[in-house]
Amino acid sequence: MTKFRLTRRQLMQGTAGVAAGAVGARLLGGRPAAAQDLKITPEEGATLRVTRWSPFVEGDEKQWLANTEKFTKETGIQVRIDKESWEDIRPKAAVAANVGSGPDIMWVWFDDPHQYPDKLLDVTELADYLGSKYGGWYDGPKSYANRDGKFIGLPLATIGNAVVYRKSLVKAAGFDEFPKDTAGFLKLCEGLKKNGLGAGFTHGHGVGDGNNYAHWLLWSHGGKMVDEKGNVTINSPETIEAVKYASELYKNFVPGTESWLDVNNNRAFLAKQVSCIANGVSVYYAAKKDPAMAEIAADIGSTNFPIGPSGQHAELYQVTSAVIFKYTKYPKAAMRYLQYMFEQPQMDPWIEASSAYCCQTLKAYAANKIWTADPVFAPYAKASETLRANGYAGPLGPASAGVMADYVLVDMFAEAVTGQRSPEDAVARAEQRAKRYYKS
Amino acid sequence: MTSTITTEAAGPLRAGGISRLLENRNVLGALFLLPAAVILLLFLTYPLGLGVWLGFTDTQIGREGIFVGLENYEYLWSDSVFWLSVFNTVLYTVVASILKFALGLWLALILNERLPFKAFFRAIVLLPWVVPTVLSAIAFWWIYDAQFSILSWSLMKLGIIDAPINFLGDPNLARASVIAANVWRGIPFVAITLLAGLQTIPPSLYEAAMLDGTNSWQRLRYVTLPMLTPIIAVVMTFSVLFTFTDFQLIYVLTRGGPVNATHLMATLSFQRAIPGGHLGEGAAIAIAMVPFLLSAILFSYFGLQRRKWQQGGRD
Repeated sequence: MTKFRLTRRQLMQGTAGVAAGAVGARLLGGRPAAAQDLKITPEEGATLRVTRWSPFVEGDEKQWLANTEKFTKETGIQVRIDKESWEDIRPKAAVAANVGSGPDIMWVWFDDPHQYPDKLLDVTELADYLGSKYGGWYDGPKSYANRDGKFIGLPLATIGNAVVYRKSLVKAAGFDEFPKDTAGFLKLCEGLKKNGLGAGFTHGHGVGDGNNYAHWLLWSHGGKMVDEKGNVTINSPETIEAVKYASELYKNFVPGTESWLDVNNNRAFLAKQVSCIANGVSVYYAAKKDPAMAEIAADIGSTNFPIGPSGQHAELYQVTSAVIFKYTKYPKAAMRYLQYMFEQPQMDPWIEASSAYCCQTLKAYAANKIWTADPVFAPYAKASETLRANGYAGPLGPASAGVMADYVLVDMFAEAVTGQRSPEDAVARAEQRAKRYYKS
Repeated sequence: MTSTITTEAAGPLRAGGISRLLENRNVLGALFLLPAAVILLLFLTYPLGLGVWLGFTDTQIGREGIFVGLENYEYLWSDSVFWLSVFNTVLYTVVASILKFALGLWLALILNERLPFKAFFRAIVLLPWVVPTVLSAIAFWWIYDAQFSILSWSLMKLGIIDAPINFLGDPNLARASVIAANVWRGIPFVAITLLAGLQTIPPSLYEAAMLDGTNSWQRLRYVTLPMLTPIIAVVMTFSVLFTFTDFQLIYVLTRGGPVNATHLMATLSFQRAIPGGHLGEGAAIAIAMVPFLLSAILFSYFGLQRRKWQQGGRD
C-alpha cells in the first residue's frame, strides 16, 4: 500500500482529529497553515476514472464537474466521470471490487464499503486530516465508511429525508404548527384525511423512501433490529407498538401506498393527490423549477419526522461514501483528488449547488449558507447529525445489508397495516426473516 | 476440393497427412463445429456451471465463499418467502401461458382469414412484442398507478367506481395485474408463430374435410389442431420458458411487492444476490428454477411432439 508523506505534526493532528472537532468550524473562514501541509504527490501521468450515481439535482453534477475541471487544470490529472443509475451502483461496485478492475473511485451506498472492506484502499490518514481540519466527521455517516477504526472510504454526503407537506392543508386541519410528537402527528393525519386529502408514506418496495419511513417508525418507538452483538431483537413490545401506530396512521393514507416505489410519492404530491409525504428535497426542487407549479411550491412546508415514545430523533437516510479501490494504479492521485474535492473551496460550493440535497459529512460545513437560504431546506441540514446507521445497534456488514435489501422491515409494517397479519405475527415473521441473515 | 488437389500436386508427401485428415468427414465436421462449441462452452456452459457451483457455496459480494453443500437449499426450504415466490412463479407461468395460448391461437385464426389490410394488421399485432419490455412495463406502471391509473380514472368518470382501484397494492389484484401485462406482451409471439404454422397446412385437407360435410368447429378440431401440434409444442415451450424467467416486468411494476405477493423466483434471486449481497443464496434460487424449466422442456419434447398424441391417440 502506498502512503503519503506525513510530518510528525500532521500525524499528531490526525490522531487528535476527533478531539479537535469544534476547532474546525472556526478554521473554515481562514485556511489554517498547519492542516494545509498534507501534501499528496500524485503519480506521474496519472489518470482517474470516477463512477458516481446519476444526479437528482442538476446543480450537484454541474458543480462537481466544475470542481473536477479545476482539479485537472491544477494538477494535469485527467478525470473521467461516469454516471450510473443509483440502483446499479451496488452491483457494479461489487463487481469492480471482486474482479479487480473498473473505476478508481466510486460513490457507493450504505453498507457497501463493509461488504468488501479488504478491496478498498485505507484512507485513514486522509480522513483524519480532513476530520481535524473541518470539525470532525458526523458519527452516523462515519460508521458507514469506517471499519475497525480504519477509514475504508470517505463519507461524502447524506441524502436527507424529511416530511414534506402542504402548509395550507395542515392549517386547514387545525394545526398552525406541524406537530412535534407522534400522537400529534396521528391527529394531524386524521384531520388531513377528514378534510379530503390524506397523507401518504411509502409501504412498498421503494429502496429509499420505503426504508426511511419503516426505520423511523421502528426507531421512534424504541425498537431495534438487533442488539450490539447482532442478536435479533426485533420481536419486542416496542416494535409491536410501532406496528400498531403505523396501522393507525395508515388508515389516514391515500390509497395504494403499499404499492408505492420511490417516485410515486413525489408525483402524487406534485399532482395534489396527497397532502403530506416524506421525501428528499428533490420534490421541492422539482416544484420550484417548474413555473406551472409555482403555487404548490409556495405552499410546501418541510419538517423532520416527529419524536416518538423513544424520545430520540433518529432516522436512516441514505449515505453515500467515496471509496478508492485497491486495484487502482494511481492511489495517490485518487487520494489527492478526494482531498481536493473535500477541501473548502470545492466542497462548500458543491454543497450549496446541491440545493440541500446533499448534507455535509464534515461538521464545519454545517455553516454552509444553503441551509438558511430557504426555510424548506432547514430540516435537511441535520441529516448527518440525526442519522442512525442501518442494522442498528449491530455491526454493519453483509447481514445488515441483506436485511435491508430483502425489505424485512418494510414488509413487516406493510403486512400489518394492510391487515394481512396481526402486528404480533408480522413482527414474529420479521424476526424469523432477520435471523436468516444474522445466523452466526 | 480443387485446393486439395493442388496441394497434393505440389507436395504429395508432406501435405498428404493433413489433407487426408481434412477429407475425413468426421474430422471436418468436428472442425466446423468447433467455433460453435467454444461459444457454447464459454457463454452457456461456464456461466451455468458457475451458477451451480455458487449455489453450493456461501459466496457473498466482495468475499470468496467456501463449499457449504446443500446449506443454501436447506435455508430456502425453510424460507416462506422463497416458497411464496415459487407459488407466484408457477401461478404466473401457468395462468399467463394458458391465456397467451388461447388468445394467441384465436388471434392467429382471425389473421389467417381473408381480411382487408391483412399485412397492416399483422404488423400491428407484433408491436407489443417489438417494444422493449422495460418500456411497456413503464407504460403499465402508469396504467396501474395508485393515483393516476387511466383505468381507475375512466371508471370513476363513468361513475362505476368511486375510488381508484388498488391494482398493485392488493396482493391478488397485483398478481392479476402483472399477469395481464405479461399476457399483453406475450400474445404476439404466440399469434405470429401459430399464424406461420397455420399457413403451412395444405388447403386440400380443408377441402377434403368440407367434402366430408364437416362444420368449422370439426375442421378446427380434426384438421387444424393436429396439424398445428408440432409448432404449438415449440411455441409454448418457448413461451413457458420466457414467462417462467420473467424479471423486467415485475422489477419495474412492483419490485416483488406488495409484501412479496408478486416476487418471482428470478426477481427474488436477483434481490438476494445483488442488492442483498448473498450471491450463494441467489444462485441457489436461480438453480432451483432449473428443474421446473427442464420438466417443461421434457414435457414438450417427449410429450407434445409424440406422433401418437398429435393424432389424438394414447400410449
